[in-house]
Amino acid sequence: MSPDLFFQYLFAGITYGSIYAIVAIGFNIIYNATGIINFAQGEFVMLGGMISISLLPHLPLPLAIAGAVAATMVIGALIEMVFIRWLESPSVLRMIIITIGISILLRESALHVWGESIRSLPYFFGNEITVLNLGSVHLSPQVLVVIAACAVMVAGLNVFFKGTPIGREMRACAANRTAALLCGISARNMVTLSFMLSAGIGALAGCVMSPITYTQYDSGTSLAIKGFTVAILGGLGNSMAAVSAGILLGVIEAFSVSVLPLAFQDAISITILLIILFVRPHGLFGSSEAARLKDF
Amino acid sequence: MRTRNTLALGGLCLLVACIHLLTALTGSQYYLTQLTMSAYYGLVIIGLGTLMGYAGQISIGHAGFFAIGGYLAAALTTRNLEPFLTSPPVRWLEALGMLRAGQDLYGARLITVEPWAACCLAVAAAALIALVIGIPVLKLKGHYLAMATLGFGTIIYRVLLASPYFGEADGISEVPGFPLLPAMGSLGPVVVSGDPGHRVMNYYLACGLLIVGAGLLLNLIESRVGRALRALHSSEEAAEASGVDTARFKLKVFILSAVYAALAGVLLTHFNGGIGPSEASVMKSVRYVALVAVGGMTNLWGTLLMGVGLTFLSLRGVFGTYDDAVFGMILIGVMLFAPGGILSLRHLLRGLLAGARS
Repeated sequence: MSPDLFFQYLFAGITYGSIYAIVAIGFNIIYNATGIINFAQGEFVMLGGMISISLLPHLPLPLAIAGAVAATMVIGALIEMVFIRWLESPSVLRMIIITIGISILLRESALHVWGESIRSLPYFFGNEITVLNLGSVHLSPQVLVVIAACAVMVAGLNVFFKGTPIGREMRACAANRTAALLCGISARNMVTLSFMLSAGIGALAGCVMSPITYTQYDSGTSLAIKGFTVAILGGLGNSMAAVSAGILLGVIEAFSVSVLPLAFQDAISITILLIILFVRPHGLFGSSEAARLKDF
Repeated sequence: MRTRNTLALGGLCLLVACIHLLTALTGSQYYLTQLTMSAYYGLVIIGLGTLMGYAGQISIGHAGFFAIGGYLAAALTTRNLEPFLTSPPVRWLEALGMLRAGQDLYGARLITVEPWAACCLAVAAAALIALVIGIPVLKLKGHYLAMATLGFGTIIYRVLLASPYFGEADGISEVPGFPLLPAMGSLGPVVVSGDPGHRVMNYYLACGLLIVGAGLLLNLIESRVGRALRALHSSEEAAEASGVDTARFKLKVFILSAVYAALAGVLLTHFNGGIGPSEASVMKSVRYVALVAVGGMTNLWGTLLMGVGLTFLSLRGVFGTYDDAVFGMILIGVMLFAPGGILSLRHLLRGLLAGARS
């Protein structure tokens, strides 16, 4: 493989990897707050893309994206309030089935609203054929937008969780719900907030990736599986490890295309998921001692 | 088996016959085709119900096992083996009398596997895959188990979509009928096929198989194994402490449910005369889970009736373009308001009635 091709694959891998990382962080935020894996996470990404595309004829691009993120956050909050808030300590099996049901409903509603057609936002800078030349590597500026947006989101979340009072309260709830309740933190509101937050970042990722990957009513499902793979790779609940795990998976996938047919690309990431689940269910970066105390 | 179950199974046989008479009297025998298909899907659902309800293990990959059965049976009975006649595996099949010669559309020689042999091979393959996958997967719990089985189902789907041998996006068509018994005296041959002349016979075949399958599962649930499974469901640690080999029991039920799914896949493929990749899709697996949930996980009768009934309505196209949405809604509704299944609502109703009376 020539060095040019190598870097080309590498950048493609990093682009997809950073999107997977954002989806994985979305999983982690809700998992930390509630112990639930939200199987509808991929649908938030799809909704972000779809809503911004629908808003675009009426609003300038930045406002359309902001509108889409806000709308998806409202949808995320509504989902939590209607389906999850009032359940008293539901079993894991019940929660899995409910969130799968929610993902079907979101997908089917999207199908009825937007139809089966494949849509996309326009490129943020230039168009499909604008190319930045970094040495001998040719990149679309949108690739840099995606990577930058993901980096900003990760940094922003870090500041939010460590620096702001609300972020600290959310972490407190994740660490020990009862103790947080005793300190006067409303755990229920924190759960709603976690759904809003993870819907918001999912939607933003959906907007920035839409020009490259396109958006369709069912594009959420495979993203959710990839995102979950990444969340597991990094260790469930560990958002920062998810970033490195995401980029790792993205790069592996990008290079796999040079060896195997494209049709098997999804199968590869799932095989990685299965292997990780069997061998290191606590993730590549998790500690196996802490994992012994958890239930897999 | 307890008399109550025997009576219920007898009642089911009666119901099957009554439905046939009803359709015969009203001249609506075309309903029997979809009922036959629903009965085969019902077989998948009661198998999965035993795994989810009694062993407490979720599987969002059972469409994968259904597809393994269906696709292998379809491929083995339609793909020409003539160019491979000299290779050892094909020669073994020939030595065992598992091959049959025919002619294709253009009169060329067509060597395929006998349907009964293809059926045995397909079900055995599904059982073997369930064994290999089940050993590591069943060590996982909760979300991890759900995602791992979902991943398994997706891999099967992707592989089917990407393999020319399995027809890629087109699937496999022109699958021949499955002769179970040759013609005897005045009785015609017993064949699993979608031929309209065989409709009534196939209806009874599918329902008979479903009843036998349900009977076997009921027997299993009432037996020592069933008690062990229920102990396992309520607390795995306690079951293990009482000397139940939990891993082994979980694996056995997993394989059993995979065999039910694969058998249903084989027979439905012969009945429909083909199979497509949508049978392996995640949505199908989710639908099976939804039907088990609606019926009530620990209620085999509920699962059986709801499974066959709702599948029949769906196949009749009652839900139109909202088909998948309806199943999503059912899934959420049941899990939110009646986690014990729809039939558990009658206890609630009875309680309300009793309250109103007093």
